[in-house]
Amino acid sequence: MAKYIQGATGEWEVVIGLEIHAQVSSEAKLFSGSSTKFGSEPNTQVSFVCSAMPGMLPVINEECIRQAVRTGLAMGCKINLRSVFDRKNYFYADLPQGYQISQFKDPIVGEGVIEVQLEDGSTKAIGVERLHLEQDAGKSLHDQHPSQTYVDLNRCGVALMEIVSMPDMRSAEEAGAYFRKIRTLVRYAGTCDGNMDQGSMRADVNVSVRRPGAELGTRSETKNVNSIRFMMQVIEFESRRQIDLLEDGGTVAQETRKFDPATGTTSSMRSKEEAHDYRYFPDPDLLPLEFTREFVDELAKGLPELPDAKKSRLVTDLGVSEYNASVLVADKENADYFEDLLGDLARKVGQNKAELATRAANWVIVDLFGALKKAGKSITESPISTQHGAELLALQVDGTISGRIAKDVFEIMLESGDNPERIVAEKGLKQMSDTGAIEAMIDEILADNQDKVEQYRGGKDKLFGFFVGQVMKKTQGKANPQVVNQLLRPKLDG
Amino acid sequence: MTKLTELTLAEARDGLAKGDFTSRELTQQYLSNMEQGRELNSYIVETGDIALNMADKADEMIRAGNATGMTGIPIAVKDLYCTKDVHSCSASHILNGFKPKYESTVTANLWADGAVMLGKTNMDEFAMGSSNETSFYGPVKNPWRATKENGELETKDYVPGGSSGGSVAAVAAGMAIAATGTDTGGSIRQPAAFTGLVGLKPTYGRCSRWGMIAFASSLDQAGPITKTVRDAAIMMESMASYDVKDSTSVERTVPNYEHALTGDIRGMKIGIPKEYRMDGMPDEIEKLWQQGIEWMKDAGAEIIDISLPHTKYALPTYYIVAPAEASSNLARYDGVKYGLRVEGDGLDGMYKNTRAEGFGAEVKRRILIGTYVLSAGYYDAYYLKAQKIRTLIARDFAKAYEKVDVILTPTTPSAAFAMGEKSDDPIAMYLNDVFTVPASLAGLPAVSVPAGLSEDAMPLGLQLIGRAFDEETVLRAAQVLEHATGFSAKPKIWWGEK
Repeated sequence: MAKYIQGATGEWEVVIGLEIHAQVSSEAKLFSGSSTKFGSEPNTQVSFVCSAMPGMLPVINEECIRQAVRTGLAMGCKINLRSVFDRKNYFYADLPQGYQISQFKDPIVGEGVIEVQLEDGSTKAIGVERLHLEQDAGKSLHDQHPSQTYVDLNRCGVALMEIVSMPDMRSAEEAGAYFRKIRTLVRYAGTCDGNMDQGSMRADVNVSVRRPGAELGTRSETKNVNSIRFMMQVIEFESRRQIDLLEDGGTVAQETRKFDPATGTTSSMRSKEEAHDYRYFPDPDLLPLEFTREFVDELAKGLPELPDAKKSRLVTDLGVSEYNASVLVADKENADYFEDLLGDLARKVGQNKAELATRAANWVIVDLFGALKKAGKSITESPISTQHGAELLALQVDGTISGRIAKDVFEIMLESGDNPERIVAEKGLKQMSDTGAIEAMIDEILADNQDKVEQYRGGKDKLFGFFVGQVMKKTQGKANPQVVNQLLRPKLDG
Repeated sequence: MTKLTELTLAEARDGLAKGDFTSRELTQQYLSNMEQGRELNSYIVETGDIALNMADKADEMIRAGNATGMTGIPIAVKDLYCTKDVHSCSASHILNGFKPKYESTVTANLWADGAVMLGKTNMDEFAMGSSNETSFYGPVKNPWRATKENGELETKDYVPGGSSGGSVAAVAAGMAIAATGTDTGGSIRQPAAFTGLVGLKPTYGRCSRWGMIAFASSLDQAGPITKTVRDAAIMMESMASYDVKDSTSVERTVPNYEHALTGDIRGMKIGIPKEYRMDGMPDEIEKLWQQGIEWMKDAGAEIIDISLPHTKYALPTYYIVAPAEASSNLARYDGVKYGLRVEGDGLDGMYKNTRAEGFGAEVKRRILIGTYVLSAGYYDAYYLKAQKIRTLIARDFAKAYEKVDVILTPTTPSAAFAMGEKSDDPIAMYLNDVFTVPASLAGLPAVSVPAGLSEDAMPLGLQLIGRAFDEETVLRAAQVLEHATGFSAKPKIWWGEK
């Protein structure tokens, strides 16, 4: 369904393309042995190659090649068995070589299609044009000295994957969904950690507007947007800005813009006339990169189950709801947590995973994720291990504790990280299922509340809950609610 | 007894092995000759202390029985090679005072074999030049001077060729047994021809380029400059290696090149390319070439006329490819990290001032050419087309080698010219490389052998070009040629104490 923006003079369609820069997870840089560790002292991870000393030569780090191929495979893109590294020439203080080694004409990964899910439940296919490898530049520090700029070369030469989409997105939501999907895929493949706050993933956002069905409009490119929220702000702002311009009779300039997070606006960096002529040409220090189909197949074998496949397995084989499955597979760690917990639970209670999956998914998503979100923690920082989570659910499945008690135990587990069986034993929270004792208690309560019994029998059905509550109160919640129901109903109706 | 500095590398090696003299004694004599020859300007830096230190270590190696062909041999190193903690500036002001913290692979190989470093030799700035007149450190004088009709030596100075001008002048003037050179379009072979020496450019990928200050990465190769073919064989073996740090070096065993010098070329097929017979080529060059053909025939080789049809495009192709790569390779000299910095208004101002002052005119010319041919809109017409022609030139050679084993040509279209004669005419200067450039573009091994003297008694060379990685055949043929020429002329010493 087309989503158009209403302007003063009619409808407009936004066209968005993304160039995502994802830092390759690797120990060493793309062409040197220097470490890629984040957050080290400035200029401590710089080799003679990174600092472009005379006579130094780049040597391809094979692991970075493997990571790019894995990413291409995870995205379902064509892998090019031959690719070429080119030099992109420009001068800047944090670019020691005076050129960036990148891939221009012949990238390592070619076309593919990414399917994203939108909020209304529909899906959309977004084309990927290519993925190529390139070196990151260093960092210019303008705030260290009143008149001088300092340069930190730690990042310089770190491998980046630039993933270029087709101009297939039509709204901020679609762009957000696409970016999240790419992030999910690289994290599954283990090829990029996806940490946007550390700059491991960022995007150049290309936006243009047009009348529905018209030719593509002139685009602006907003550089280095480092969060999904910002990216969506850029799209909203740019589409509005361009529509206003066009409706006022102006034209959109093809230019590079930058985003200001403080104001949520973009401003011009340089126009097409000022654009660099990068003078790309094949890097004569590097031979064309060639590998075999077998090399690719081997890497494909090593990939984990990818989110789409995982989701369909959760839904089809385990009966998890579409929604829950989407939530679980969005992050590999979440999905892994769920699957580990479900496995443990099935072993503990001796039932099929399918019988337990919905309960487990609900607990993981509602209870655990809710609590972690409140505490600002990620799944990997969860105080509750998968084994303990499985134990807690097993205690409910076998009737040892009620759902209500489970919530209390869960709170204690969050606080203490303690084992639920021990918590239940120490605090005496074991569910009461002794029918004799419960029956005696019911008799006592009915005797003490004759007036309410009369009202109930007179048609006030809702009072049933009151009597259940009284039993629970007396047993401090430990009475098995099913047993209570079974015993209470005949006595009241009696 | 002959002066130690008149020995060839092979003779010195044998003398050292026999204990006739020590490396220290040999080195000292060279250091003394270097002092005498300073006006030739062949060394930018003399490293006497380092040399004596290395000589002592070499003498230890010899005593311990660990000598190789290069142990104790005092050599000169072109300034383009990075040598640890020693001036390595490619004769450019922009690298002002640069001393690397690393050693190039080629020199490291030589030092590991016990060679002795006498100093860093002068050269054309960034190896861009054919006369050694573009150096920031001033021109190098050719030890050879023409002989006038009355039999007296000319008093004017001649160029030694370039870009390895300091290296050849050092060897020709007895200030080093041998020297490392680098060859991008003829920078070893042309100066060797101009000074009566042997200069070998091996196959591209035979030596590591790691630690060599880049000019044109797809063409640059290290190679030896020596007094004899045997010396070149010995030194080549030490310089060559596969190096994981250079992706363009080739993993291939280094043969014992000296073993290839059998003196027997009977049945060897030698190609004579008709395209190298150029308009306006001096008679004496043509005659020398004919003589060379006769010598090879007399030695039992079979002479075969061949065609290399794309030869005439080689020079223009070279002057697109090499500057293109250079324009990018030299971008790193920006005043930010090392070498010269000239402050200016902001970053751009600093760039402009630094590069304006740091680079000489010829380097600037090539950066401009290179930037132009890579620019949007010109790339296809120049750079891309040049790459295609380069492929065709390589194909010409490949076809020829189906019929012949080596190709014989002149090395240069003339003998060494007087200083200043061509320095205002870049095209005339570029024409010096017309015979050397094709083998460079094809990445093939080629050697220049001194073959005779011009009318005014200046040395002339003949070139042998071989199949990729077939330095052995090239050297075998070169040695036969060398013996046939009977070339033994030496420059008359006009420098030093009068």
